[in-house]
Order: sequence, then structure tokens, then C-alpha cells
Amino acid sequence: MAFPEPKPLAPELPQKLLKTLDCSQGAVRAVRFNVDGNYCLTCGSDKTLKLWNPLRGTLLRTYSGHGYEVLDAAGSFDNSSLCSGGGDKAVVLWDVASGQVVRKFRGHAGKVNTVQFNEEATVILSGSIDSSIRCWDCRSRRPEPVQTLDEARDGVSSVKVSDHEVLSGSVDGRVRRYDLRMGQLFSDYVGSPITCTCFSRDGQCTLISSLDSTLRLLDKDTGELLGEYTGHKNQQYKLDCSLSAQDTHVVSCSEDGKVFFWDLVEGSLALVLPVGLGVVQSLAFHPHEPCLLTAMGGSVQCWREEAYEAEGPTG
Amino acid sequence: MGRAWSLWKKVWGQLVGRVCRKQAGGQDSGERPKKPVPLQDQTVRDEKGRYKRFHGAFSGGFSAGYFNTVGSKEGWTPSTYVSSRQNRADRSVLSPEDFMDEEDLSEFGIAPKAIVTTDDFASKTKDKIQEKARQLAAATAPIPGATLLDDFIAPAKLSVGFELLRKMGWKEGQGIGPRTKRRPRRQKPDPGVKIYGCALPPGGSEESEDEDDDYLPDNVTFAPKDVTPVDFTPKDNVHGLEYKGLDPHQALFGTSAEHFNLFSGEPQGASSLLGDAGLNKGRKLGISGQAFGVGALEEEDDDIYATETLSKYDTVLKDEEPGDGLYGWTAPKQYRSQKESEKDLRYIGKILDGFSLASKPLSSKKIYPPPELPRDYRPVHYFRPVVAATSENSRLLQVLSESAGKAVHDPTTHSRHQLNASKRGELLGEMPVQGSATSVLEFLSQKDRERIKEMKLATDLKAAQLQARSLAQSAANSRARPSSPDLGHSPWHVALGGATAPTRASNFRPFAKDPEKQKRYEKFLLHMKKGQKDALERCLDPSMTEWERGREREEFARAAQLYTASHSTLSSRFTHAKEEDDSEQVEVPRDQELVSSQNDVTDKQSAVKMKMFGKLTRDVFEWHPDKLLCKRFNVPDPYPGSTLVGLPRVKRDKYSVFNFLTLPETTPPPTAPASSEKGPQLRETRKPSRWDAAQHEKKEDSISEFLSLARSRAGAPKPEPSPSVNTEEGRTPPESLPNKTGHSGAAPQTEGEGSRPSMDLFKAIFASSSESSSEEEEQDNSEDEQAGPEEAGFGGTQDSDTREAVSVAHAPAPAPPEPAPVPPFPIQKMQLDEREEFGPRLPPVFCPNVRRKPETPQKEKCKKNKEKHKSKKEHKRKKDKKKKHKKHKHKSKQKTKKSEKSSSSESTDSHDSESDGAGTPDLSPEELLRRLKCLPLPQQ
Repeated sequence: MAFPEPKPLAPELPQKLLKTLDCSQGAVRAVRFNVDGNYCLTCGSDKTLKLWNPLRGTLLRTYSGHGYEVLDAAGSFDNSSLCSGGGDKAVVLWDVASGQVVRKFRGHAGKVNTVQFNEEATVILSGSIDSSIRCWDCRSRRPEPVQTLDEARDGVSSVKVSDHEVLSGSVDGRVRRYDLRMGQLFSDYVGSPITCTCFSRDGQCTLISSLDSTLRLLDKDTGELLGEYTGHKNQQYKLDCSLSAQDTHVVSCSEDGKVFFWDLVEGSLALVLPVGLGVVQSLAFHPHEPCLLTAMGGSVQCWREEAYEAEGPTG
Repeated sequence: MGRAWSLWKKVWGQLVGRVCRKQAGGQDSGERPKKPVPLQDQTVRDEKGRYKRFHGAFSGGFSAGYFNTVGSKEGWTPSTYVSSRQNRADRSVLSPEDFMDEEDLSEFGIAPKAIVTTDDFASKTKDKIQEKARQLAAATAPIPGATLLDDFIAPAKLSVGFELLRKMGWKEGQGIGPRTKRRPRRQKPDPGVKIYGCALPPGGSEESEDEDDDYLPDNVTFAPKDVTPVDFTPKDNVHGLEYKGLDPHQALFGTSAEHFNLFSGEPQGASSLLGDAGLNKGRKLGISGQAFGVGALEEEDDDIYATETLSKYDTVLKDEEPGDGLYGWTAPKQYRSQKESEKDLRYIGKILDGFSLASKPLSSKKIYPPPELPRDYRPVHYFRPVVAATSENSRLLQVLSESAGKAVHDPTTHSRHQLNASKRGELLGEMPVQGSATSVLEFLSQKDRERIKEMKLATDLKAAQLQARSLAQSAANSRARPSSPDLGHSPWHVALGGATAPTRASNFRPFAKDPEKQKRYEKFLLHMKKGQKDALERCLDPSMTEWERGREREEFARAAQLYTASHSTLSSRFTHAKEEDDSEQVEVPRDQELVSSQNDVTDKQSAVKMKMFGKLTRDVFEWHPDKLLCKRFNVPDPYPGSTLVGLPRVKRDKYSVFNFLTLPETTPPPTAPASSEKGPQLRETRKPSRWDAAQHEKKEDSISEFLSLARSRAGAPKPEPSPSVNTEEGRTPPESLPNKTGHSGAAPQTEGEGSRPSMDLFKAIFASSSESSSEEEEQDNSEDEQAGPEEAGFGGTQDSDTREAVSVAHAPAPAPPEPAPVPPFPIQKMQLDEREEFGPRLPPVFCPNVRRKPETPQKEKCKKNKEKHKSKKEHKRKKDKKKKHKKHKHKSKQKTKKSEKSSSSESTDSHDSESDGAGTPDLSPEELLRRLKCLPLPQQ
């Protein structure tokens, strides 16, 4: 006589501070997980990019070569290369193992706010304050971008890439989605300057955070509003937002030193995670586990769910 | 003697035959000779090339003696004489062969040595087996059916053996051997293979035997089956093994190979090939077997007509796995569940070694449905006949117009289903619901609505006038042929019907400038509505000339038509495209997005306010990705033929100054002040950044305002002690500082901004970033200093100090370790910052350890410098100098302090900044916080 399986527990939210990494690289402008979530990248304002094991807190490598602070970074799908962009208007392609600069793409007229690899790490897309997104070809040696998406009327603050789409948020208050397969550009007007955009993991929705202290969940295809998440404070700074691993929660930084979790469907505030006194400037959610990285000031915090037991010696 | 005679005959016949053949050969090769060949030329040679001579009638063919002599080379020697007395010479009997040459004994000689069946002994019937072999050979021959001709020519022969066998009771088609008691049951054709078309009937004799089988008595015996001898014919062609040329039977008559076998098994087989063909011809040709419709590269189709027979089933129990691995036993549950997964495997196929089934399903690609066609969409358009409205065809008219989807608004003929909700409400006497969100306009205040209405009216009027003018011209042109009024207006009369409702007509006054005319027009509409056909004639001024009347008739008609066309219920929801109506506007080709952002930006803002995301806020453009980009993304090029990249038809003209100069401003709804301020900004070039919301408003200030402010404040050393970020955000609280009041004073002017573009706009356009900003930059700096935190980067040490203060202000509850009570006022900017003109800002860094680093980059988020307050210029300069000076000092200081604890460095830093901002009044953090709190936010 078999009993029915108990209903699966709601995914736990990371709320236990597991580790604090003192990055000692100035302000941590961005923190990013790698593709499988085992490592993380921190972009420092001291022109360096660092690769960490966030769970153990070990520094694996420091990548230096930027001429100014590093504002964003991303890892390729095969963990073999990194790309980063920064205040020196350059987009840099790194070799992970050797730590060498493979290529430097120059062409942006302003700071590079955001960089992304495409799915196969053949193209780097970089969004800059010069209101353009440039697609750099990693395969060929040509120094110019393959294409420049200059539809934005103001600086591009966020770029995300799916297998055939480029999602960009701009300070002009519009979210633009370039669909390569359909050859169309979808422009959604939000009004307030957009600080961060992301795709949901099922690829059906886009999460948009804007400077009116609101996150909005839009249907990707129709642009309709599916949900609105408020309560945090985001009025001046470029802060990150994210969706949890199972798309169950919406996570956002806040200027009051907290991280806010909302239930995605209900829109209710699920958790407020006090991180510190400053501004939580960046966060990254683990690709498939309830693990969160937050960056505040010069340090990075690693959060896990309550039930998490660190295996092995940590630190 | 008879034999000798026959020999003679043969010799003679042979000779004659040879000559004849020879002559025939000569004739064959060329033309027939005109004169007979002379005797000396009639030569015959033997096989060795020697001449043969004819020796008259009796000597032909023989070369006698030595060169036709009797003797030999040695001469003629008679045979030795032998006396027969003692030695009786044995009597030698000479056979004819003794007198023959060796050639006569060869195969073709008179007396060939090989044993050959002579014609005398040849059977009259053909050799069955040989025929069969020949048929087989014929089938494989390069030219199939070539043996048919031989069959005609060759005489039918059968050997004596056949005759003998026949005599013994053998029949053709039977085997040789002892007769058996009961013939083995004939193999029936496989019932699974059905034959369609003209299958040949089984061989006649066999068939009859078969049929007899069942009732023949047991004492009847049967001959064994005939055996076709193995054909050992060597392969002598270059075709592939088993190659068969086109079988004429299959090709011509559609019989399959197995039919051919049956066919050849017939007694009359080969000889009657053509005859059978003729037989077949009489039947209908058709699909035969599976040879039809199966291509060379296709697999054979399943035989869907197969019938079930018992023979297809196993009749023996075998030790075979039933397939589920259970051998008929019931199995434990997990074993069965395992089966389930195997079933999945089977569905997918065999899994190779080293591979396992994916546990996660592939993310399915999005499938884009085809566009939805409207329900009444017809792929073919046909033009409906125009039917004049008369009493007899009015019904037809109605049907026509209904089917065309043209709404004929005749209140009396409305069916229930043609009414929409509002009309039904009207009929019922309901008041229209005010709150329903049918139109964006309804959310506007009364005043704004009126203003919009006025403007719309004006534009409508203008458009109508334009239209009317052009119409009048065309009418005048067409006036050359005078038409009778009735004929002239009947078509449009029909078209209009009662479509013009007076309520709507009241707010559309195309002839407002000419009240008389307008009155006439309204009268005309009224008449139209009543359905009077002569409406036009009635309302026209009788005092007008014929030409004027004609023109006015046309005008009214067109105006009425135009009006009904342009005012659908839908169109009332949207603002008019300004370019269309405004004749004065310079026609500048526009970018798509620009149009959208200009025209309905207010609509969009309202939509955002109402959270009506979706269609209202979305624009879709055709966008051409680069080919290489598509390749890198592994996506097919959506526009394979186009060389375009990016958005099509982007016109750079949109940045033309004239666009901004001549563009009339739509009045933004006051309910959305923030968004209305965004409106003009969107239209600007991309330079201004909206990260700094407050600066929009500054930008909107008129230049005179700036100047006056600058003048009034020239002497004030430090007008802005507050570091609050919210300074920029526009709604300055009453207690804000002087320069803030300047901003707020400018605020009311935003209302009227539409009338003239602000100076900043021009600056944004004309001032190239580097030069214009150099001086403004300094202002910017000072402003930044005042503005405080958003400018402050964490890199600059003093910046970070200020930042600290600000962040304290933001998060007041837990006091920072060393809350500097000093306003962070003079924030030092780095050189690099001055180059940067715009961009989003990064969050401030509130981390003490950063400060330890001496080499922290100075890079700060910068704001837009365009919206600089001129009044601050002087100020700025001073400050800048100070700043630079300070920086050096500060850096050196920092180095020394590297090892210090963060808190201590913080305190020193704050002291630095304190000393910098000597002139600023001290503000406690609490005060700062209070001010921050009461500052309204711009974007909300």
C-alpha cells in the first residue's frame, strides 16, 4: 500500500549567510555566477576581475588588464573564456586558465555597462552608455563589431541573450527585444529608466526593473504586464534583479541595503534579506540551486537556504 | 548405285550452292553488275587461297592429279599390277571417301564425319527444353525478344528421342520417370500477394489437371514434374550479374516476373509469345503487383490489402521471449515500472552504448503561430456592383452593403446584432458610463480634454479645408462635362445613406470659416439623414451660380464621406498623427520609432500608469540582423534576400533642427506630470540621459531664467549646502536652497514648454560634447557636488566620504561607524569624469576597505552636463581649482593611511571634506535625512 508522495516543499530561499568574501578589489561592481554555478566572478573597481569559488571562499584567479573599473563580466558556456566590459570602453575576452587577454574589442564611445556571451560564446554583446549594443565576433579577427544595435535613445544598462534573442534595457525607458529568428524588434515602453532586464528561465517572460522602484514581469510575446513587484528602493542606481532558480521568486537589490524576494505569481513580498548598510549593488542567483550572491561595497556575500550544510571545510 | 547418285547430287548441289553464294555475296556488296563476269574472272579458291578450277561437268570440285593432270609430280604411275593367280590381290573396296578430299569430310563437306541428326530423323515438334533455354537467353539478351524472329524462320524440329518418348506415352511438360500415384499438391500462389490487373490464367493443361485433382479416382497416376535443366550458359556479356533487360511482357503487358514463369511453363510458351501478347492485349491493363508505384529509392510499401491467414501464425510453442521479459509470469511492481521506461526507450529507439536517456526534456522551441486571419477574411477580393438606390432594389442594396461589411447606419433598419454596447445603451436611455476606460482621453482632466479637443478641431478643420480645396480643384477639373445633378450625386448619396449622425456632425465643422456654408452643410447633413435624395439641391443657395453649386455639391459630398470614414469608434481612441494634418509642418522623413515615441508617448505613459502594458506600450519593427550574426547564433537569416542591416529606413534627418523647431507640442495631461516631462526628452537626441531625472526640468528652464538666476546668485558663495540626491528630482521642498527654488520656479514653465523649445535642446543638438562641456563640465562638477551621492563614486576618496554621508542619510537607523556631520558638499571629480558626459550611475560604495586603496579609480558615474546651471559657473571654476589641489593632497594623505583602519580613515576623510566645504552650513545627518524624505520623487 503505497502512500502518495508528499507535496514537494516550496523551494527554500537563500537566507543563511554562508560566506563573506572580502574581495579587496575596490567596489564590487558586479558579481556573476559562471554557467554551472560553481564559481563566480567579481568585477572590481580597481580594474580587476576575480574568479572565486564562492562556497569555499577561495580566490582562484585574478584577471587584470582593464584600463578602468570593470562593470560587468560573463562566462562562456564551456567555462573556457570570460568576457568583461568596463569603464575603459573596451570589451575584453579572457582565457580562463591562463588569465591572459585574448582579445580587446574597442569601439564603444562610452563605458560598457553590460556584456554577455551568446549561447555558443561566438559573439559577445556589449551594451554601453553610448546607447548602442555591439556584437563582437569572437571567431574572426576583425576589429569592428558584426552589428551595432543603436536603436536605444539613451544608454544601454542591461543586455541579456537567449538562443535567438537579445533583450536590452535602456535608460530611455524602453525594453527592446531583438528577435533574430523573426527579424523583428519589439520595443516595450516602460517609461522609467531601466536598470536591469532578464529572461525568465522558461523563456516566456521578461523581468524588468526600473528606476521607479518597481519590477515588472512582462509577457515576452505580447508585452502584457504579468506582475508588478514593489517595496524595495531603486531610484538612482543601476541595481540588479533576477529570478530564482525555479522561476518561483523574483529577487532584486535595493538601495537600502536589503535584498527583496517576491513570490513570482502572487507578487507578495516573500523575504527581505538584510545584507548591510550600503547599497546592494549587484546580485546573482545560482542557476539551479537556492544560492544567492550579493555584492555590497567591497565584499560579496554568499547566501544559502537554511537547511544547507556546507560540505567539507569551508574557507 | 543409288548412293552414288545421291553423292553426285550432293556434289553438284554443293558446287552450285557455292557459286550462287559467291555471286550473291558480290551482289550484296555492291550494285548488280551490268555485264556477266567473264569466265576468266570466275575464280574459286580453296581455303588455302589456291585456285580451284572447274573441270567441266564431271570434274567439278575435284582437283585431279597433279595440277589437274592425272599423274603425280613424278608423273603418272599406275598402280602396281599384281597377278591374281598366286597372289590374289585382296580386293579393295573403294568407298567414296577414298575419292574425297579432306574438306569433303569436314563439317560442311559432303561427307561430314560428325554425327548429325538428319532432317529425316528430326521431330516435327520443337525441343521443349531447348526452347525454354532459349527463352531464358532471350530474356537476358541485350535485345529481348530477338529470338522471336528465329522462331519464325527456324523450322520446327524435334529429335527422335522426343518421338520415341511420345510413343511411350510421354507428353510435353511432364517429367521423365515412373508415374506416381498421386501428384503432389500443387503449390498454390501465396495468398498474401494479391495480383491486380491482368494476371495470366494458369497454364491450360495444368489447370485442368488441377481442377480434376479433386475428383479423379485414385487409380490415376501422374507423371513427375518436369525439371528445367540447369542452364550453364556462360556469361558472355558485360552486364551485371542477374541483369535482365526490359522484359517485353512486363513492359508491354504488365505481367510480373512470376507470371512470366507460369507463362513459360506452358507448352506453347515460346512459340506463342506474340500470340499470348495478343491475348493479353484484349484484357485491360492495370496495376500489377507491387512493382507499381515503388521507386528505386523507396522502401516497399506495406501491403495494405494483405489478408490474414492462419499460416502467418505460429502453431508451435516455441521457447521465445514474449517480449516483456516476464515469460507470462506476473512480476513485482518495480519490475513492471521498469518496463514502462523501456517502453519509452522503444519509442525513442535503441540507445547506443555509452548514452543514456536525457532526464531533462529539451526546452521546446517556441513555435510561432501563423497570423490570425480576421473571421470574415476572404482571400479574393471582388468588386461589388454599385447599385443605385431605388425602391425596387433597396433590399438588394442592403444585402450588398451588409455583406461588404459596410455599416449602413439606418436607425430604423438596425438589427439587434448590429448595435454595439454604447448604442444599445443609447436606445435604452442609459447614461454612458463615465469611468469606463474606453479612451485614454477620459483619464484626462476636463481642462485638458477641452484643450485637446480644440486642437483636434483646429487640425481637423485645417485638414478638411485642405481636402475640400483639393476636392474643389478636382471637381472643377471634372466640371468640364456638366452632369445633371441627379446623376452626379446619386452614387455618393447611396454610399452615405444615413451614415452621418447629427451628433457627430456637430463636432466636425469643415466649413467653420464660412458660417453660411457651414450652415448649408449642416442642413445638407440633416437632409441626408432623413434620406431625402434631393438634400443637396435643397440646401444649396439658390442665388449661387451653377458652377458654385456644382463645386459645393462636390465639397459637401466629399466632406460628409470623409467625415464618416475618419471617425470610427476606434479612431477616437488615438491621437492624430500630427504630420498628416498639419500642412505647415516641414515634411521630414521619420524613423519609425521616433514617430511612435513622439506621437503616442503620452498615450504610452498613460498606459503605463494604468498598467495597461501590451499593445499600447509595444512597438514592433522589422529588424534585419546581420548575416554573420545569424550564423553565429545558429539562426536562419529571417530576410535571406535583403542586404539591409538594422531597422529599415532610418532617416538621419530626424535630428534636424527643424523637427524640433516646428513641432507643435501636444499638451501633456496634467495627471501625469512626470511623464509629460519625459515627452520632450524622448524626442531629443540620445545625448541627455534620463538617469538624472531632475535635470530634465533644469533643461526645461528657459535660458533667460538661467541667466537671471545666475546673475542674482553671482555672489553667493555656496548656494547649495544640501547634498541630497533628490535635489535633482525636481519637486523641491520649500526648505530647499536657493538654487533649488530656481528649479522649482522653472517648473511652471514646463507647462508652456511646447510653444518654444528650450535652449538646452539646442545645446543638446549643436553643442558637441567636448567643447561645450568643458566649461559646463565645471558647472556640472559643482552641481554634482551639490547633488551629491549619485555623482560620488566610490573611487574618489572624498567622494566616498560624501557618499558615506549620503548613505547614512539613506539608511539612517543604524548609524555608520563615524557619521560625519559635515555635508559632503565639495565632491571632487576626476579628470576622466569630466570627459564622461552621460550615463547611468553605479551605486555608491559604502565600504571602508575600499578607501584603503590609494589607486582606486576615479571613475565616477557622471551625469549629463548639458543641463548645467549657468549661474554656477563662476563658482565651479573656483571649486575646481580647489578640487584639484585637494586631490593631490588627499592622495598623499591616503598613502600614508593605507594601513589604517577604515573607520579612522573615514573620519579623516570626512574631516577633509569638511574643510573643503568650509562655506557650507553644517547639516546634521538627521536634517539631511529629513530633507531627503520630504523630497518627492520625480518618476512616480
